[in-house]
Amino acid sequence: MEILMIITVGVLVTVATYLLLSKSMLRVIIGVMILSHGAHLMLLSLAGLKEGSPPLLGEEAASYADPLPQALILTAIVIGFGITAFMLVLAYRTYKAHKTDNLDELRGTKDD
Amino acid sequence: MTNLVILPILIPLLIGVLLIFFKNHKSIQRVSSVLAVTAMIIASGYLLYIVYNNGIQVIELGAWPAPFGIVLVADLLAASLVFLASILALVCLFFAYQTFSAERERNYFHPFFLFLMLGVNGSFLTGDLFNLFVFFEVMLISSFILISMGAKKYQLRESFKYVVINTVSSMFFIIAVAYIYGAVGTLNMADIASRVGELEQAGVLTVIGVVFLFVFGTKSAIFPLYYWLPHSYFAPPAAIAALFGGLLTKVGVYTLLRTYTLMFNQDTAIFQILLIIGGLTMFIGVLGAVSQFDFKRILAVHIVSQVGYMIMGIGIFTPLAIAGVFFFLVHNIVVKSALFLYAGIAEKITGTSHLKEMSGLLKTHPYVGWLFFIAAISLAGIPPLSGFFGKFALIVAGFEAGHYFVIAVSLITGVLTLFSMMKIFMTSFWGEVKIPNPNFKDVKVTKLILPTLPLIFLTIALGVAAEPFIQFSLLIGEQLMNPSEYIDSVLKE
Repeated sequence: MEILMIITVGVLVTVATYLLLSKSMLRVIIGVMILSHGAHLMLLSLAGLKEGSPPLLGEEAASYADPLPQALILTAIVIGFGITAFMLVLAYRTYKAHKTDNLDELRGTKDD
Repeated sequence: MTNLVILPILIPLLIGVLLIFFKNHKSIQRVSSVLAVTAMIIASGYLLYIVYNNGIQVIELGAWPAPFGIVLVADLLAASLVFLASILALVCLFFAYQTFSAERERNYFHPFFLFLMLGVNGSFLTGDLFNLFVFFEVMLISSFILISMGAKKYQLRESFKYVVINTVSSMFFIIAVAYIYGAVGTLNMADIASRVGELEQAGVLTVIGVVFLFVFGTKSAIFPLYYWLPHSYFAPPAAIAALFGGLLTKVGVYTLLRTYTLMFNQDTAIFQILLIIGGLTMFIGVLGAVSQFDFKRILAVHIVSQVGYMIMGIGIFTPLAIAGVFFFLVHNIVVKSALFLYAGIAEKITGTSHLKEMSGLLKTHPYVGWLFFIAAISLAGIPPLSGFFGKFALIVAGFEAGHYFVIAVSLITGVLTLFSMMKIFMTSFWGEVKIPNPNFKDVKVTKLILPTLPLIFLTIALGVAAEPFIQFSLLIGEQLMNPSEYIDSVLKE
């Protein structure tokens, strides 16, 4: 199972890298989102995909799953959600101001 | 009094949240943010006093014992940087009141300014790696908003790149946290530090250290990861640029200092890498500054070169070098912000920040010129001012450790720094009066100069009374090089 997860992480990071290198702003944002999913999945799998009961008090079980990675990922997802929303608004305003979403045309030029 | 440690985080959080509800009340916003920042100064000053007298202060949040719960730790380094950051915040706040338009203040400038301080103070005080990530993100999101506020064409374009680059490096932060949790099984920094000795494969830790170097290196703009800085820091107005130039990259340097002295100190090869990176950062940074012809841009590129000195100090890795890094860090926070504020004043007077379009400011505004001169030669490291002593400690430490080549590079960098600062002074302040702004006589600068005076006073005081500050820095150097005190006070052993 761990092997499968790590391959999935690799695929996600590859796709994210490809999208980050593209010219369209929207593709770059989607790339960042996919990269964050890859990072979260990696956090989950590197902490060990333990088999066991949910970490609840008062339950009789031989072993309990580690609750910490899930708490960390929950926090990271919330932060990623906020950043993605902000980036979408920023990209929209940039598009309105510059009339283009091509990052090649948004390079630093003489007008600065 | 252990709850004192949380006050520098709690004050900006509470006031910042409250101020969101007073969007249209300018005076309430101004008064309460000044009160909040003043309260931060008092709280962190008292914290520094307590830490200096009674040792490291630790608070376990929710009363969970250390390796399991989240801890906030105030040692001498963290407490003094929080104190300094609060002073800088007050200066920038007063400067912002003189320069900002009413519209900018109405658009939630104050809450995000306070949230930025919350993130900075939290990053200094936290003792937990994932918590560090969270405070970094609080700081970064506030900085995204402050840098894009105003929505000029240039700002929008550059802040999009700034946001993407910083978000990608934050994702690598999560990956590094995942690595370290997989390898050691804990995220508490003191606990990691006490367990690294027992780790069977020491090589894993070096890999994680290099991933952290990438993450913190992007935030602190080291070679070759500084590409985003000169453009982004040019975009916002002077008060925000001063806060960013003074603080944000230094938070990255602080985290490098903390992680490399505490956790990744096993492998000496990584310090060789830091030494090489430090040399390249300062040299390439200063070359960039020499080639520019814009007031703000020269200062922005200079940040890169100054960060190089600190990275070099971490690379030398002796108590004296760490003391030098701390002294230089304090000096740089003070002087860099002062220079950015003078760039803002010059831009306010002349209406431009390009050096070729202005000259003769010394005749029309002598005080601005001479105060800028003091800050500039302090940055270049002329003896009676604070810049000299930070560099002096670093160079002596480098000689003792036998790193002659990088010391030579740092001396050449010092000369080039002096050259680029004098270029600003000679082209914009000397010569015939040439000011493109037609109604420059109406610009009142007295109110603009007043907030910058504490910074100039600090750089002179740090230089003239260097002896006690050097002693204090040496104390910090000793404390960082012997992490057992930190580990013991967090884990209560």
